[in-house]
Amino acid sequence: MEEPATSMLRSVNDPLRPGVNSSGERVLSIEGLRVEFRLPDESTEVLCGVDLTARPGEIVGVVGESGSGKTVAALAVVGLLPSAAHVSGGSVRFFNENLLDLDSRQMRAIRGSRISMIFQNPRASLNPVFTVGRMLREVLLVHSGLRGRKATVRAQELLADVGLPDPSAVMRRYPHQLSGGMAQRAMIALALSSSPDLLLADEPTTALDVTIQHQIIQLLLRLRKRQNLTQIVITHNFGVVAELCDRVAVMYAGAILEEAPVGRIFEAPGHPYTRGLLSARARVEQSSGIRSIPGQVPELKNRPTGCSFHPRCEHARDICRVSTPRLESSAPNHSIACHRWRELAQ
Amino acid sequence: MAAFVARRILLLIPVLLGVTVVTFTLTRVIPGNPIDLMVSPLASEETRERIAENAGLNDPIWIQYLRYIEGVTRGDFGDSFVTNQPVLDDLTSRFMPTFELTLFAMLLAIALAVPLGIAAAVWRGTWIDHVSRLLAVFGVAMPVFWVSLVAIYVFFFLLHWLPAPQGRISVMIPPPDRISGLYTIDSLLTGNWQALKSTVQSLLMPAAVLAFAAMAPLARITRASMIEALESDYTRAARSLGLPESSIVFRHALRNAILPLITMIAIVYGYLLGGVVLVENVFAWPGLGRYVYNAIASSDYPALQGFILYSTTVYVLLFLLVDILYVLLDPRVRL
Amino acid sequence: MAEIAVHMTRRLAGLSKWCRRNPITALGFGIIVGLGILGLLAPLIAPYDPYALNPREKMQAPSLNHLFGTGIFGEDIFSRVLYGIRIDFGIGLGAVAIGLFTGSTVGVIAGYYGGRIDEVCMRLMDIVAAFPGFILAMAIAGVLGPSIPNLIIAIAVVNVPVYARLSRSRFLVIRSSLYALAARGVGASDVRILAWHLLPNSLAPIFVQSTLQCGWAILDAAGLSFIGLGVRLPTPEWGVMIGLGAPRIITGQWWISFFPGLAIAITVMGFNLIGDGLQDLLDPRRK
Repeated sequence: MEEPATSMLRSVNDPLRPGVNSSGERVLSIEGLRVEFRLPDESTEVLCGVDLTARPGEIVGVVGESGSGKTVAALAVVGLLPSAAHVSGGSVRFFNENLLDLDSRQMRAIRGSRISMIFQNPRASLNPVFTVGRMLREVLLVHSGLRGRKATVRAQELLADVGLPDPSAVMRRYPHQLSGGMAQRAMIALALSSSPDLLLADEPTTALDVTIQHQIIQLLLRLRKRQNLTQIVITHNFGVVAELCDRVAVMYAGAILEEAPVGRIFEAPGHPYTRGLLSARARVEQSSGIRSIPGQVPELKNRPTGCSFHPRCEHARDICRVSTPRLESSAPNHSIACHRWRELAQ
Repeated sequence: MAAFVARRILLLIPVLLGVTVVTFTLTRVIPGNPIDLMVSPLASEETRERIAENAGLNDPIWIQYLRYIEGVTRGDFGDSFVTNQPVLDDLTSRFMPTFELTLFAMLLAIALAVPLGIAAAVWRGTWIDHVSRLLAVFGVAMPVFWVSLVAIYVFFFLLHWLPAPQGRISVMIPPPDRISGLYTIDSLLTGNWQALKSTVQSLLMPAAVLAFAAMAPLARITRASMIEALESDYTRAARSLGLPESSIVFRHALRNAILPLITMIAIVYGYLLGGVVLVENVFAWPGLGRYVYNAIASSDYPALQGFILYSTTVYVLLFLLVDILYVLLDPRVRL
Repeated sequence: MAEIAVHMTRRLAGLSKWCRRNPITALGFGIIVGLGILGLLAPLIAPYDPYALNPREKMQAPSLNHLFGTGIFGEDIFSRVLYGIRIDFGIGLGAVAIGLFTGSTVGVIAGYYGGRIDEVCMRLMDIVAAFPGFILAMAIAGVLGPSIPNLIIAIAVVNVPVYARLSRSRFLVIRSSLYALAARGVGASDVRILAWHLLPNSLAPIFVQSTLQCGWAILDAAGLSFIGLGVRLPTPEWGVMIGLGAPRIITGQWWISFFPGLAIAITVMGFNLIGDGLQDLLDPRRK
């Protein structure tokens, strides 16, 4: 089983930009996903019908304020929802399998080998009492059956692949001896150890310095280029989206309000919420003081009727308070969940 | 490492000095004139004066303290009023029985409490969690000496499963040849099965009673730190990597939960040092606890003083050991 | 009148709702309050004089005449256990009160003056805490001689470091948050008002600790009395009563020791349940 390093990376048959691969094959396709948190005396729906797809090699951004349900959606995909959370509807298709039908054993076989995830706080994501090498060896043993010398060689390759200099030294280090950027690279190496088809990145750069953020983004882009790695990147930062993503879905209060290619979102945002987010960002960049959209993300247990954004929306009309808008196509590849997108587009 | 240990030992010196001040004060200053304890009340004034002079009791108090410290550093804790032996010899000869009892009690407590704590953390909110909580509540609420008595009533008087309190071994059976001083080990090593049987029978009840008391805090800390570890970011990340649940619980989480557990074991051992005084008294166990009980009953102050200093030193050294274990087990602790 | 009745029922409804949400804490409160009432009413409830000896009826098994049986002098165990509530609660509360007062005084002085004084106070506390608790209490009680006040002092001393450390850290927290407020230009009178708001919050952990310590104090007191270092005969203290019955266990007269021990276990459990429950309530992670 001794193979040269490069061949272990998923070979790229189609060197074209992903998303261009319009054969219709989907790596991931989430449809109508509903998740609720059940407590003894109440139950709260945190995801109310989320649709999201990712084609091979595509990097999809999911943007929203904290509390919008982005992370819950990602955890639902890998089957790691907290114990109080239950999937109450919808499907999560990974290639041709509905992940929601799998039992925990089958799901575990997929996690870390075909779907991996990286997290916001890279240093806290690594066990403080284990070295990087110890973690890599365990993951390689579980998913690839590698041990001993072979595992060491493979681990070093993986660390080198994510741009960590001197892999053998890094393997001996404990998480607290790594910088945030190094820890995130190590986490990525762990996540990629068995060449997954899909990487879920939950705020991968939020906890890092600006320069390090940029490096991690470059790394994620390189992974796509080199091994056609499909990625779903959860972030609240439109800068990350602009640099990294092909397509973006805007989430609010457990639902997707708008979805479009990245260029389109910046040129012609359709939903008032998206516009608000983008102009808030613009204002921050002009450093004219931090002002975001007035109001707050609603508490999910007191979700407003109708469009959940209407209490904060300056364009809200009676219909918005009564009926929940569905995502509809406003242009090719662009859909908006707003009753008034047509009027607002003018 | 050696430098670290040396520094920690240096830090112990002021604490141990403070401890000697306390023991000295307790036994020399408060009970009034120690000479009353050393001499028969019928002795003449001259005899009293001579003995006081010889014992240095007429010197200023700080000279007496320095003399005491000087003696302690030489291992001279004074002579027992009762046995007339050097207190240190008395203590040393009674250390092993107490060590054997507390060691087995602690091992038993750990063997029961850690799995229980892990189970309670993994299956939180289920019956096993409630059982462990209930056990913890009862375990710390019941006086050990009372549990000892109830155990004797049930297992000796009612069921005849275990012998009546008889010390470490039945009086009918000669103790095993001394190798380590622990009867269990010595009878095993010498193949003395008769002694081993009697030793285990004698040890079972007092060790189990102490273990029952020690279990509760150990199970609680195991549960709490396992829950913290299982809910941590690194556990979620380990799960996202598809590692098997057994590895996540027993390697990733437990390895982190062990650190607070070690501290708790040391704290509980201090508690056992107190409990053993009561339990040895009930079970006629010829250890330090019984010795100090007799010392108190007969106002044998040098013996009491020696015991307190001795057990406090053991306790303080135990925490030194904990610190060293932390260095070995937690990579975040820097030397 | 009706208004008061409505108010009362609302209060009671609130209380029962709280109890249903915190059944464990409620059980603890129930035990302690219940035992407290029994102790107060002991002269009315107790069928016999707790000090009365009756050699003709000694060591009788529990019966309708003597609910918990009689002891080696023919004393009525039930009456003595009832009166024991007064003694043991008194010792527990007394020890906690003295320990709390002394400890928090040391802690606040250390926190207030800082520097040298802080250092000296806290190192002193380290030394007291270096002793295994029961053994230090044993030494103090042994030296002072057996009596209830000495027992209380012995147990209180052991607990002083706990309160000193806790109150020192709480004091520093309050002070720094008040400084922060003052620095933000909040007026002095407002700062004083806020201090009153901060106080209960900061005292909560100390209160929890006191409840737990109360259980420990009763256990230690009983242990010391059991080996003859605390309360003396004929005082109806639970530990002494267990000690009296101890030699009778191997001859089968279990009740002499059993009932006083059960009383200790239930009392300590009550205090611990309250302490644990409150600790959980105050734990921010629970929300």
